[in-house]
Amino acid sequence: MNPSADINIEYVARLARLALTAAEQQKLSQQLGDILHYVDKLKQVDVTGIEPMAHGSPVFNVWGADVIMAGFSVDQALQNAPEQRDDSIVVPKIVE
Amino acid sequence: MSASVIFKSVAELSALLAAKSISACELMQAFAARTTAVEGRVHAFNSRDEAGALSLAAASDARRAAGQTRGPLDGIPIGFKDVIAVEGQPLTASSKMLANFISPYDATVTTKLKMAGAIPWGRLNLDEFAMGSSTENSAFGATANPWDLTRVPGGSSGGSAAAVAAGEMPVALGSDTGGSIRQPAAFCGLVGLKPTYGLVSRYGLAAFASSLDQIGTLTRTVGDAAQMLKIIAGHDARDSTSLSTVMPDYSAALPKKSRPWRIGVPKEFFGPGLDAEIGAAVQQALAFYRSAGAEITEVSLPLTAEYAIAVYYLIATAEASSNLARYDGIRYGHRARTTTDAISIYAQSRAEGFGEEVKRRIILGTHVLSSGYYDAYYLRAQKVRALIRGEFMSVFQNCDVLLSPTTPTAAFKIGEKSADPLAMYLNDIYTIGVNLAGLPGISLPCGFTTGGLPIGLQIIGQPFGEAEMLTIAHTYEQGHAWHTKYPNL
Repeated sequence: MNPSADINIEYVARLARLALTAAEQQKLSQQLGDILHYVDKLKQVDVTGIEPMAHGSPVFNVWGADVIMAGFSVDQALQNAPEQRDDSIVVPKIVE
Repeated sequence: MSASVIFKSVAELSALLAAKSISACELMQAFAARTTAVEGRVHAFNSRDEAGALSLAAASDARRAAGQTRGPLDGIPIGFKDVIAVEGQPLTASSKMLANFISPYDATVTTKLKMAGAIPWGRLNLDEFAMGSSTENSAFGATANPWDLTRVPGGSSGGSAAAVAAGEMPVALGSDTGGSIRQPAAFCGLVGLKPTYGLVSRYGLAAFASSLDQIGTLTRTVGDAAQMLKIIAGHDARDSTSLSTVMPDYSAALPKKSRPWRIGVPKEFFGPGLDAEIGAAVQQALAFYRSAGAEITEVSLPLTAEYAIAVYYLIATAEASSNLARYDGIRYGHRARTTTDAISIYAQSRAEGFGEEVKRRIILGTHVLSSGYYDAYYLRAQKVRALIRGEFMSVFQNCDVLLSPTTPTAAFKIGEKSADPLAMYLNDIYTIGVNLAGLPGISLPCGFTTGGLPIGLQIIGQPFGEAEMLTIAHTYEQGHAWHTKYPNL
């Protein structure tokens, strides 16, 4: 498989919920092709038996104390909402 | 008044305040006046609240008059990279997406600095969502390098670096995901500290790549970096990746020297691509340490040199694509008005709100996480990351710190690399491994090019080895005067 050859920008943009113009798609396709070609060099590394590293420090689980902490007030929570009414965020209708 | 204080270190200003040679109000006025005078040329700020800062300065003076001062930072203005939350102030991440966002709470570092009496002074420009190395990717315009206004200040904490270098404040917070504090510090002639992953809470930092991001400082001196770290570091229950660790008194440790230091020099960081003047400046720093009794050893980091950038751009973009999914135009941030159905609102809000580099990274990150590519890209990158960390840890068995240039070149021209993302990425070659391995790193001034541009020396420490790293950096600084130079602006 040569992954760099087949990045499907339209499909990926749909997964990312990101509307792209035709010009953006074309430009990204070329630039990402170059970048993917560059990162393909990782195939040269022997990673047999290596545990993937998800973090900058070797910590694997952290439990939080089960205590009640103050949350946002309604005003704080709505302070940055694009649209609001009756202490609620107005959202587009999703069920007809 | 103003010329005499604007280029002083925090320690010097703190002493002036303690001696009542200057009041916090006079100090704040001096920095505000300097900012007004140079901001049109530098553009380090996204926003600032002069009246609010002056009223906090008055409160600091009142505390001091009442004998209730809160310590060395009381009355000191501090800038915030515009991704770190200060309650009631804007947080834009230099993105149209958050152009009107007001922080509803303080970041943990903000709370700690406020408790210490520091005055939040301004929101500082960056590459949008910290994605970039030049501060050209800001939705609100590029920041200029105070040493040469035709050049970039570095990035992504370019506003933070430029503001301190230009004398608009004595210290600023930044964040470092792949070099975003150290590289702008090098380009602007400052000290840039990136602490060990987990030492400083990320609560209230707008996330870019969560396994790599770390908050740190841009200061004039190593002493100021140590002082700031003492205040901002420590475990925070609100950030489960922050670690409980014994924190030494970093400032008190600076003059100490436990034994002859063992300094490792990664040979791959002196290879092709390194500017000759920078290489020479770093060699002189090595000669200084050798004459100070340090044992200098050549070491090798072959995997880091060859693969760190590739690993970084897979992991950082994957994490970014996930973190930035929250910006959907529903609860906060920009919402598209051109469409009404739910899915189109997500896609259109994001199309309108994000800039080109952010879109590029979201697409790349989504691709490398998508079905059929996850193993080949993301999982493989995580495995090579483990090998890179192992390579550093193995070298550290025989070395206390590593020493290298911070950047392969000095500050480049505005526009020089912005058309070629890969060329821009390659600029981070010496800094990026530190983030992948979760290590602390510091950049400090070690000279100037013949063109008058600052050069940065990078010292890489062991995990939670900040005290020793800072002491080694401080020793160099004490023997040189680079940190006392400032741009003619």
